[in-house]
Amino acid sequence: MTPDESQTSVKTSQDTRAGRKAAKKASSDQNNLVSKDKAGAGVDRGFALLAKFAGIFILIILAFVAIFLTYNSFEAIYREDEGLVIGRFLSYAWPLIVGTLTVSIIALCISAPVAVGVALYISHYAPPRLSKSIGYVIDLLAAIPSVVYGAWGMVFLSGYLANFYVWVHEWFSWIPLFAGTPSATGRTVFTASVVLSVMILPIITSVAREIFIQTPKLHEEAALALGATRWEMIKMAVFPFARAGIISGIMLGLGRALGETMAVVMVLSAGSFTWSIISSGNNTIPAEIARNFGETGDGTERWHQLIAIGLVLFIITLIVNMVARWIVSRNKEFSGAN
Amino acid sequence: MTQSTKDKTPTASSVQGPAGPSTEVDPAQIIRPKSLTAGNRLPKWFMPAVLAGAAVLGAAISSAIGFTITLWLILTAILYVIGVYTITRIKVGPRKATDMLWRNLVYIAFVLALIPLVSVIYSVSVVGFQGLTNPGFLTSEFVDADGRRMRSSVDQGTEAGEHGVMGGIAHALVGSLAITLTATIISVPIGLLTSIYLVEYARGGPLSRGITFFVDVMTGIPSIVAGLFGAAAMVFFLGIGNSLGLPMPSQSRMGLTAAVALCVLMIPVVVRTTEEMLRVVPNELREASYALGVRKWRTILKVVIPTAISGIAAGVTLAVARVIGETAPILITAGMTEFINWNMVSGWMATLPVFIYEQFTRPTDPNFSDPSHQRAWGAALVLIMIVMTLNLIARLVAHFFAPKKTGR
Repeated sequence: MTPDESQTSVKTSQDTRAGRKAAKKASSDQNNLVSKDKAGAGVDRGFALLAKFAGIFILIILAFVAIFLTYNSFEAIYREDEGLVIGRFLSYAWPLIVGTLTVSIIALCISAPVAVGVALYISHYAPPRLSKSIGYVIDLLAAIPSVVYGAWGMVFLSGYLANFYVWVHEWFSWIPLFAGTPSATGRTVFTASVVLSVMILPIITSVAREIFIQTPKLHEEAALALGATRWEMIKMAVFPFARAGIISGIMLGLGRALGETMAVVMVLSAGSFTWSIISSGNNTIPAEIARNFGETGDGTERWHQLIAIGLVLFIITLIVNMVARWIVSRNKEFSGAN
Repeated sequence: MTQSTKDKTPTASSVQGPAGPSTEVDPAQIIRPKSLTAGNRLPKWFMPAVLAGAAVLGAAISSAIGFTITLWLILTAILYVIGVYTITRIKVGPRKATDMLWRNLVYIAFVLALIPLVSVIYSVSVVGFQGLTNPGFLTSEFVDADGRRMRSSVDQGTEAGEHGVMGGIAHALVGSLAITLTATIISVPIGLLTSIYLVEYARGGPLSRGITFFVDVMTGIPSIVAGLFGAAAMVFFLGIGNSLGLPMPSQSRMGLTAAVALCVLMIPVVVRTTEEMLRVVPNELREASYALGVRKWRTILKVVIPTAISGIAAGVTLAVARVIGETAPILITAGMTEFINWNMVSGWMATLPVFIYEQFTRPTDPNFSDPSHQRAWGAALVLIMIVMTLNLIARLVAHFFAPKKTGR
């Protein structure tokens, strides 16, 4: 009952005059009938194009992100008056890169076991009626803004941990990580890592939980029927099924930890690079940018350096996220991680 | 086939596993006295008893070293886990003991995860309520009683007891509202149209696969990088505009820059949630509409979207909740100010997260930071309440306005 249908009817009945007349009459009748829907094939095509363009626009935005960062980074390693200054940029960048990786990896080491444990608790240990609401409670952790975590770490947690650092230093100062004067305020790399670990916990938990729940019930029941204890059932039926999912969840958490800014900015009293994680010092890429970008004039070398270091961060997180997705897609056929 | 097996398969509760209670005495007990499922189970009071013992012993050891509650709790947990493991191993056997060990560790992991949540909410609400109840906290700008810019002397007045804590967060509320609203207005149409393209138009071609992939990539962009992009892009476009002689804002640090940066973070969230919602719309609805001769765009607007609207609304609300708490991109693009600024294209703009950050890291009076902390915790409480309310609204919308399940 739409205009283009009447057009086709015109085409098909073109062979005879009478047919054409009849078709014309019919089409004018139809036009009277369908006059409510004036919008024709044009609108249809236009809407399709609009939707397509929105999709392409996202690609353009991402291309812009990459192009802007690369274009503006260029002047951090090449100055018109001095030529190539790549050495200066590298000596500026490497402590930040190492600091970022250190903080994130410590956070991951704290968070991953706890997160998998919580996911197991929700999926296999908690009373079934409660498990959904417990999941909501853990999701609450993700709903708290990062700046609030930063404030919590800065005001409450660092004070608690300061005593712990003194104790650790007393007993374990022969390990390079615990050498150096313990910070009196407790605002160290380790405190920042603890705050980060709390922030990435809900991410890992939610990914792991989803996959634990998808474990085939028959596998679990078969294991139990053969006399396995609950832990043996989890080890034999749940973990092999969920391994890829757990790893990708951990990688996603790592991606989040690498890019997390506010917790580190507020908690860590930054300084030059040191191996000690219990004395103040070190810095991370996001914290460096957040602290200095606001006060840097557009277009100065410092401005370009900060954008370049942002590009480095972007590439690192990109690689981590890609590896996570690659692990998932590689194991898609064998597990529930998809 | 599978169906029939499923029917005969006992449910999880009936094969409770070795740890589950079984009241009747079964023959296995007579044949195999060491069986896991039947005999040799420790009495019900076993675990509480070990816990109590561990607590007492923990208290004794920790008071010998120097009593703190944290130390006592940690020692109790360790002693409890070891105690349960050892006793079970001696009394029942190694397999059951390992099972108990991991069970306890999983429980401890769960408690460990709850500690920060409780601690954060406690610390926010204790000082936050105090800050929130200061007169004019929600309605006044960051000014003293005479409407002049806040400065350290005002907080010194508070310290001397001349007046209460001054200065409010109205300017930050306005800024958060304006920036988030602008970001939403830009991102939602783009995100929604993209997911319409992915679900309704694309047929698995390279473009749709590319979009899906790059939306995934965008999800992982660190928020600070999004802020850098916003700043760099704005500098670039202002440069172009100025060279063309168009009237352009004089500096790149403004509300609009922050909104653009937030869009980069918001669009992928909107795309992913709405795409999911559009995909669950049953195909029969679309086909019924086509069968009546309705055009595709009309089908999408009048049939598909109304069916999925509750999910879409919930997804958008969640996306808003996520970006309203973002600090880093706004910090480097819109900065901070003391006064209400409604103008998106001119001047600094205050937002709640940046206000919290500034009050903590640069207290108004460095020697007496209590008023600053009160204001910051108060603002944090407001921010958390906004985010939680948005989350709650999203869940309620998704729950109550979900399309009725038909009896198909």
